[in-house]
Amino acid sequence: MTVLDNLLVYGRYFDLPRKVIRQRAERLLEFAQLADRANDKVDPLSGGLRRRLTIARSLISEPELLLLDEPTTGLDPQARHLLWDRLYRLKQQGVTLVLTTHYMDEAEQLCDRLVIMDEGRIAAEGSPRDLIARYSTREVLELRFNTDDHGALVEKLAAVGERIEGLPDRVLVYTAHGERALEQVESMGLVPLASLVRRSTLEDVFLRLTGRSLAD
Amino acid sequence: MTVHSTLRAYGYWSHQYRRIWRASIASGFLNPALFLAAMGLGLGSLVNRHGASVGRLGGVSYLVFLAPGLMAASAMQMASLEAMFPVMGGFKWIRTYHAMQASPLEVPDILYGHLLWMATRVSFVSTIFLGVMAAFGAVHSPEVVLAVPAAALTGMAFAAPVAAFTATRESDQPLIGLFRFVVIPMFLFSGTFFPISQLPAAVRPLAWVTPLWHGVSLCRALSLGNASVLASFGHVAYLLGVTVMGLALGRRSYARRLAP
Repeated sequence: MTVLDNLLVYGRYFDLPRKVIRQRAERLLEFAQLADRANDKVDPLSGGLRRRLTIARSLISEPELLLLDEPTTGLDPQARHLLWDRLYRLKQQGVTLVLTTHYMDEAEQLCDRLVIMDEGRIAAEGSPRDLIARYSTREVLELRFNTDDHGALVEKLAAVGERIEGLPDRVLVYTAHGERALEQVESMGLVPLASLVRRSTLEDVFLRLTGRSLAD
Repeated sequence: MTVHSTLRAYGYWSHQYRRIWRASIASGFLNPALFLAAMGLGLGSLVNRHGASVGRLGGVSYLVFLAPGLMAASAMQMASLEAMFPVMGGFKWIRTYHAMQASPLEVPDILYGHLLWMATRVSFVSTIFLGVMAAFGAVHSPEVVLAVPAAALTGMAFAAPVAAFTATRESDQPLIGLFRFVVIPMFLFSGTFFPISQLPAAVRPLAWVTPLWHGVSLCRALSLGNASVLASFGHVAYLLGVTVMGLALGRRSYARRLAP
């Protein structure tokens, strides 16, 4: 079976006229950037190409709702970005996407509404920005000290930021102003080996809500 | 489920066959040619020397006796294999069935579409078989053209129950077992190579209940031109019965396997 055959046969399952299927197949191959592989066999295609073919195939019936289970898992960065771009375009065209993912950046890129699940329960729900505002701070200050026990520093730094989290290798300070928090830490006479100020992400929200211990 | 929707599922199998039809026609000719040459002519040259043996074969040469039986037996083998590995592929390896199920096609469409394809393949291969038989001069009666649908029906009496069985299995090991310990013994002992009157009386009833014996008897009678209406109807009814039972089992096991 070739890439094109795959679309043609699948379209027949939906009882679409052959002419319509052929037109859509050509458009979809273009859309998925597979037009030059139309007559290649499916078997030797790479994971990213196959994923794009699967998505093109699922669009042959022009669905209003598309369910995607971890659509970019295992793909290289180029393939992921291409797929994100295509999924974003579908969203712009009015297709409703329901997708599951473990990649928080993927959720941030693609989702209007986001549900965080923990052990089968809904832990939080909202837009990515809304969730960050609700469950995290604007910025996060990551500090690494010359010590084996970062946990012990949590008490010392308690006055800094809104919330402190001690990890084995670093301390996270959740705060609205990372730079200011860093100045505050230094004014206390603590000199970190390394420091990083970054925006809060969905990953912070996710870890806050579901905990850092492994699920299983 | 409608005829139309079943044909759409059938469309997958016919479409993917386009790539391999040449090789499959070649093997369709080669398989009967090799068997008829080795067994029919080679082994047959020994059998035909004994008047008593020829008498037991119904007064015809071994080649003429063997060919229609082999036609039915080949149909059985091919149909069984088609109902094993491609079916397992549909559920597990390629997941064709799952793709179909994600479309408006329903479980009976998926099952019947695939079985209809197997029937097509078996009819096709049996037609080629008939051509090879004719080329070997092993054809005795014009009724032999009816042996093609008879062989196809024999194939379906295997394809339907075997597909139902495959749908209940997780690995191909039981399929290999089924082929070795059920299909091959039937191939050897259901009257294909020698009349079952040669079997010990105690095991003869065992041969009667195998669908292959009915298929072999039917094809042979049609080929020799001595088919009685009553016996032929009996064989057809038995084969149809087994097929219908297989379809019922298949609908159940496919529905279970494809349940969300």
